[in-house]
Formats: sequence, structure tokens, C-alpha cells
Amino acid sequence: MNSRWPYYAPLIILGVLVSYFAASLGQNPAEVKSVLINKTVPEFVLPPIEGNFNGFSSSDLKGDIVLVNIFGSWCFACRIEHPFLMQLKETNTIPIYGIDWREPDRTAGPKWLKKYGNPYTRIGDDPKSLGAIAFGVTGAPETFIIDKNGIIRFKHIGPITKKNWDKTFKPILEELEKK
Amino acid sequence: MIVEIGHFSLILALFIAGLQGTLPIIGAHRNNHSLMAVAVPAAIIQFILILGSFIALTYAFLVSDFSVINVASNSHTAKPILYKISGVWGNHEGSMLLWALILAGYGAAIAAFGKNLRPSLKVRILGVQALIGTGILAFIILTSNPFLRLTPAPLNGNGLNPLLQDPGLAFHPPLLYLGYVGLSLTFSFAVAALIEGRVDAAWARWVRPWTLAAWGFLTGGIVLGSWWAYYELGWGGWWFWDPVENASFMPWLAATALLHSAIVSEKRDSLKAWTIFLAIMAFGLSLLGTFLVRSGVITSVHAFASDPTRGVFILLLLMVTIGGAFILFAWRGPTLKSSGLFQPVSREGGLVINNFLLTVAAASILLGTLYPLFIDVLELGKVSVGAPYFESVFVPMMIPMIAIMGIAPLLKWKRGDFKTALEKLKLAIVVSVIGGLLVWVLIDRASALASLGMTISLWLFVATFTELAVRIKLFKGSLRESIKHLCRQPRASWGMTFAHAGLAITIAGITASSSWKVESIQVMKFGDQVSVAGYNYTLKNVREIQGPNYMALRGTFIVNKGNNINWILEPEKRFYSNPVMTTTEASIRPTFFGDLYAVIGDKDEKSGGYITRIYFNPLVPWMWAGAIIMVLGAGISLTDRRHRVGAPSSNRVPVPEISANE
Amino acid sequence: MKAYFVIIGILLFPLTALAVDPGEILKDSKLEKRARAISKGLRCVVCQNQSIDDSDAQLARDLRILVRNRILVGDSDTAVLDYVVSRYGDFVLLKPPVKGVTLVLWFGPVLITLAGLIGLILFYRRQKIRLNNLIQLNNKGQKN
Repeated sequence: MNSRWPYYAPLIILGVLVSYFAASLGQNPAEVKSVLINKTVPEFVLPPIEGNFNGFSSSDLKGDIVLVNIFGSWCFACRIEHPFLMQLKETNTIPIYGIDWREPDRTAGPKWLKKYGNPYTRIGDDPKSLGAIAFGVTGAPETFIIDKNGIIRFKHIGPITKKNWDKTFKPILEELEKK
Repeated sequence: MIVEIGHFSLILALFIAGLQGTLPIIGAHRNNHSLMAVAVPAAIIQFILILGSFIALTYAFLVSDFSVINVASNSHTAKPILYKISGVWGNHEGSMLLWALILAGYGAAIAAFGKNLRPSLKVRILGVQALIGTGILAFIILTSNPFLRLTPAPLNGNGLNPLLQDPGLAFHPPLLYLGYVGLSLTFSFAVAALIEGRVDAAWARWVRPWTLAAWGFLTGGIVLGSWWAYYELGWGGWWFWDPVENASFMPWLAATALLHSAIVSEKRDSLKAWTIFLAIMAFGLSLLGTFLVRSGVITSVHAFASDPTRGVFILLLLMVTIGGAFILFAWRGPTLKSSGLFQPVSREGGLVINNFLLTVAAASILLGTLYPLFIDVLELGKVSVGAPYFESVFVPMMIPMIAIMGIAPLLKWKRGDFKTALEKLKLAIVVSVIGGLLVWVLIDRASALASLGMTISLWLFVATFTELAVRIKLFKGSLRESIKHLCRQPRASWGMTFAHAGLAITIAGITASSSWKVESIQVMKFGDQVSVAGYNYTLKNVREIQGPNYMALRGTFIVNKGNNINWILEPEKRFYSNPVMTTTEASIRPTFFGDLYAVIGDKDEKSGGYITRIYFNPLVPWMWAGAIIMVLGAGISLTDRRHRVGAPSSNRVPVPEISANE
Repeated sequence: MKAYFVIIGILLFPLTALAVDPGEILKDSKLEKRARAISKGLRCVVCQNQSIDDSDAQLARDLRILVRNRILVGDSDTAVLDYVVSRYGDFVLLKPPVKGVTLVLWFGPVLITLAGLIGLILFYRRQKIRLNNLIQLNNKGQKN
């Protein structure tokens, strides 16, 4: 072969690879975007937690803009998030529906809520991850914004803080209110 | 104080590496002998300095000096001494220091034993080796310094991840690095040759033993890791096509290809540019592996805690070293003229096909490993590429590869005859086809792939020994003469016979263990019996025992088969407190036909029994045995006189030969 | 190594137990076999790079049970996979489906093989040209 181009090929391939790597360095590979965004909430029916009368099921998610929050008494990050959820409740900002995920026993969730306060309008007990799987949850806490038609509009992974509330949640909620 | 000496010695090593990386290369360019003379002493001093630094860190671990951050976050006073030592490289910073130590060690080895290397080539190799070293040492000192202090010092450390507190895993990283980093030397050989613009038979002969050594270590390291997964993860899996496993497998494939193409370069003065390319690639893929594990761009069960600054640094290092080498390659590569000519059907032709398949396989694995990353960067969503993908891509490439591995050694150089070779392989054809059919009829009619796997394993095994028989003229003359020939076989040929036969045995193990594993999961009370693959397991009792730094549940199984067998299997479930973690320790009893494998699980509160998992993993011992034989092959080959570093260089000038009647 | 994720695990995920547990196993061995095969192809979303069949995470266990329940309800294998994919996306499939985004992944190896074959053909063609040149040279030499 007279041409020299095969000798340049490795250099070119390396260049492409390195630029991909450079672009990927800032990203978190563990973060997965939900496929459920802009889709109706899949069907689920969860029984109430001990001491409550109302459970939580997908049919409850029509008519209002609400938050769905996945939590558990075992979840350390949920503890961090909890005071902010209480604040949302006290200011009547938005109804919050809770999925109490995988408690070690039936009393753990109610005890935890008694101790730190209950910010939830409705709570479903989810010992077998049925609700969590319906929402494609990978860990707690996770929070979803559901619009008036029961469509999932946003998913947040990790604790909600004042900062990310103002930055991401608020604009989305305002947008949804307008419709 | 000792820690500070270690720290200082590391900084000094960086300085020496900088000198060693520049002066000799300039010297060789200007033919300045005093500058060239810097290389050898610098390489040795650099190694001694890093060794001193490594010993200092080991000392800090041994005496549990928790004023050193690295020791505090990775060690604990209650840890057994072996794991205090292995804790040195059980973390990012310490393992990078080991990396640098091995890199400098290979450089020092060239300096000390490479007496017969052409002086200009030798100092350039040492220079390039030191340039890599400069990058790695700067990386350690700037982003991953293991000697940083902590005030106030905590009373005790965080401990080492219990999964790493295991004899198999204690030696897995050093072996793996001896392999990975050993490829740095083939890289330095390649770059030095490109700078000189000269690749000849002597170069190829010099590079081969080093490649062989690195390959042997890499094979050993990969197998040790795999063996660890097999007994530690509690269900007998040994390969997961995890990104980091792939990161060690790709350099292995490249090194394997390099071993074979270097033969053609040495003996037939051909494929020179290709051999150089592979030598660069093998190390490039090693560096890529380092980047993947330590930058956090890919999720893996093996990933170290990730840090983007480290990622940026390694990426720069990768870009400069491999990019630099490829620029040289683009510039000098076309001038590397090969003179040897050969037909597609020939020994060389077989080796070319081997290289083609190994390279395509490595490239496909690279594509699969990096694909999720590409898709993510392009914001096209998230995909997973797991074992099913790699198996469906890799296996079809390996089948023709093994087929050719059987034939190629029987082909003549330059121009072989396919028919004659196949005639010699009649036995291999008959045995493998009948063997495959028997497997299909008697053992497993559901899986054609399992029969095919056994067929190619038998084929390779019989073909490898047929080749040996042909070489020693077995049945062609008297037996005594054949034995005489057998004793006179060069060690390098023995190396090939061992490596190929070992691979055949490994393939049988892989095929059987992935096709015919028997599993039984149940709750057992004391006295309960289950039968798995013909063996009866009775759970005798489960006790709590106290280990050096853990508590454990130890179950005792009595295993019977007929009257002759009465074995005891004692799996454990361990509870560590520093850090808090439970591990499963399977109990394994190897037999010729497979491993008996028992695991004890949690107590079942309802029935009062224990969850037990019992497996029969067929031919798994063959897999390990085959791998050990492959490594032995590399070792035997290394003792060949022609491979010795001090061997006199040949004066043979390759002359293009013309094959007749063309 | 694994520790990194285990540490996150302590913070984010429920405590762990061992993989497939006797209570999960379906009585019908044919159905159980199907369940195992499906589980081997589904990625454990909390542990990364492990199938739910190998994983000891709680969520993996719940997914295994869900897979078995779907099978008991009478879902086909693809229906079960679709069910999980509609919630977690293609990310959960260890064997990515052949579609737009994965075309390069699936056909890449074929392209690489073809490129290699073209390289081989060019290599041997060049060898032949050089061989012919040498023969001509040789013949000339003999004539002289």
C-alpha cells in the first residue's frame, strides 16, 4: 500500500476516544434518567401503613398537582430531607403522597413518622417494592412531580433541599399551574 | 519520620525519572555518550528510591500509624498481618505506588540485565520508560499522595474492606500489575524502535521475552481475580464481563496477539509495523483500564472511589503517552519495510489470522465496554451492555480461532499445504467430532454450544499433541530416536505446546461449568439431607465461631457418595465490624469432574433451619489447571536460551526469499 | 472494589440478604427455569453490572419475585421484560435490544471484522505484487 493513512488511523481513533472520555468525566454514570417522564403513572395499589386508614394507589393521582415521595425509616438521606417536607406541608405548598418503602417491620414506619412528623397526605405501605418498582425507583429518597392528569412530569433523586427546590421544582410547578 | 523519608524519596524519584526521561534520549540523538550513560544508573536509583518509599508506606501500615490518612482510612489494628501488608495496595494511593514501583522495577531490570541490547536502543528504552514513570509519579504526588498526614491521628483506622481480606485477593493486584505494567516495557521497546526508525529481527527477539513475562503475569493475575470471585461471591460465578474485567482482558488479548506477531517479525522479517502497533496498543489498553477504574466514568463493582481530577490527570497521561506513540507511529511506521513474503496458507498466514481474530475480538470488547459511556455523552439515554452481549460477540470469534490454532503450527513457513496438515490431523478430527457427538447424545441434547465447546477443546488438545508428535517424528522412526528428538525440543516450542494444551483444558472447563452447573437452594435443619449431582449432603450443625477480626456462622456438611466418600464441607458466613460488612466463604471440595461447592446463608426464622446453597460446578478445576499450564508454558518458554536477555544477537540478515513455481 | 457501592448501599438501600432464596422458588420447575433465565438478563438497578439473579440487594429480590408473579399470572417472557423496561428503561436489559441507539453496538463487531478482512486482502495483495516484482528482477538477473 502506498498510502500512509492506515498509520494515522490509530491516532484518529485515540482522538475520538479521548474526547468522549473528556466529555464523560463530569457525568455520574450511576444516575439514570427515568423513562416514565411524561407518561401516566403505572397502576399500583398499596395498603395503608399501620394506624392509618387510607392507603395509596394510582387512582389517587388525578385532579391535583402532587409530589410522590419514596421514603423509609432505614433511609439516612430521608432523615436529612424530612424537615423540608414538613416545611412544605406547613406552608400548604403542595400535597405530598408517600410510599413507605421496605420497612424492616410494620411498626417502623409509623414510629418514624410519629417521631419526626408526618408531611404526607396519603401513605402507602410498600414492603414488597410494588410501588417503588411502579415508579422505577432505584433508591430512597426519590421524588416525582405528578400533574393534574396523573402524568409524571419530573423525577428527583436524593434529598430535596431549599436550594434544589427553588432551582428545579419551583419552575416546573409554576409551569404546570399555568396549564 | 520514616513516612517523611518515604515521601521525600518519592519526590526525589520523580526528579530522577525526569532526568532519565530526557538526558539519555537527547544523548542518543546527538550520540553524546556521557548523556547516554545517565540512563543505567538513573534507572537503578529511581527504582531504589521508589522501593524505599514503598517500604516506608508498608512500615506505616505494619505499625498502624494512623497519623497517615491512607493508613487510617484503610487499616485497623485488629487486622491480621498479611492484610496489613496487602492493605498497602488495597486502596487507590497505595496501589498507584505499587504501579510506579513495578514500572521502575522493569526499567531497572532492563538496566541491569539488558547488556546485549544495542546501546542506543537500550538508553532510549530506559528514557521512554522513565517518561511514563515521570507521569505516574507526578500523578501520585499531585493527586494521590499516600503519605499525607492527619491531625489529630484517630485512635483506630477504618479497616480494609473485608472482601479484600482474602489471600487470593491479597496477591491479585501485584500479579496483575506485574502484567499490566510489564507491557509498559514492550511499549518502551516500540517507541524506542520508532525513534531509531529501526525494527529488525534482533529487536523482535529482545522484545519477546519481556512480552512473554508480562503475559504470564497478566494471565496469572486475571485468573487469580477470577478464582477469588469464584469462591468469594458465593454462587460460583467467575467471569462477569464487568468493565474492569474487560479492562484487564483487552490488554491480555493484545499481548497474546503481540506474542504471536513478534514471532513473525523475528523469524520472517514481516508484520513489523503491526507488531509495533500491538506493542503500543497493549500498554495503551492497560492505561485505559487504569483510567476506567480510577476516574469513575464507568460503573463497576471494582471501581475505586472516583475522583474527577484524577480522571483528568490519567486521561492527559493516556493522551500524551499513547498519542505521542501514535504520532511517532504515523511518522515512522510507513518506513518500516518488511521483506519476508508468505502465502495466506502458511505458518505466518495462520499467525496473521490469529492476530486478526484477537484484534477484532479486543476491538469488539472495547466497543461494548465503552458503548454505555458513548451513548451517555451523546445524551441518547442509558443502556447496559452485559454478559449476554459479550458472549454473543466473543464466542463466535473464538471458534474459528481455536480451529486455526490446531492447524497453523503444522503448516510450513512461507507456503504451507492445507491438505497435508489436515491429513496429519485425522486423529484430532475424529476424536473431536466423536467426542462432541457423545457429549450431545449422552450429556446434553439441549445445548449445541456445549457440544461445540467440547469439540473445539478436544480438537485443540489432540492437535497440539499431534504437532508435538510430528515434530519429534513419532512412529516415523524408532521410538528411541523420537525420545531423543523430544529431549532436544527447544524450550520455546514446549512453551507453545503447554500454552495451547492449557487453553484446550481451560475451554473444556469453561464450557462444562457454564453449561452443566447443578444448583440446589433450600432451607435445611440439622440432620436434613439433600442430593446434588449424586453427592448426599447432610447438614450436621451450624456454630458461631470467633475469627481474628470477625464473627462467623460456620455450617458443617457431611458429604457422602457410596461408601468410599466421607467429606466435610464447612462454609462460613462472616460478620466484620471494621467496616461493617458480611461476607460468604464458600467451602469447596475439588474432584476430577468438578467442584463440590457449599454456602451457608441466614437462619430461616419460620422453620428454624438455615438457608443453604449447594452447587456442583463441573470441570471448574480444569479451568484453573489449564490456566496454570498456560502460565507454566510462558515460564518454560522464558528459560529458552534464545529468549535469554543476554543471548548473543544474531547476525542473520533477512533476505527476501522467493517461493518456487510462482 | 465492591466496597464503594456497598458503602453507598448502606446509605441509600435497604439492608441486604443473600441472592435467590428458597422461598422465592416456584414449584413448577418449568416456570422457575423461565424465571431464572429472565432474571439473568435483568440488571440489578441498585448494584450496577450484576443481574438480579446474582444480586443480594433487596430491590433485586423484589424484582425477582415480581418476575415470578408476572409469570404466574401468565405473562410471556417478552411481556415480563416489557413490564420492567416500561418502568426502568432499556437500562435494565443486560442484552441491549437492537434499535437505533444500539445499531453501532450490534453491527460494530461486524464492521470491525469487515475492516479487518479488507486489511488482510490488501496485505496479501501487496505481498503478491512484491513477489511478482522480485520474480521479474530475478528473471532479468538470470538473463544477464
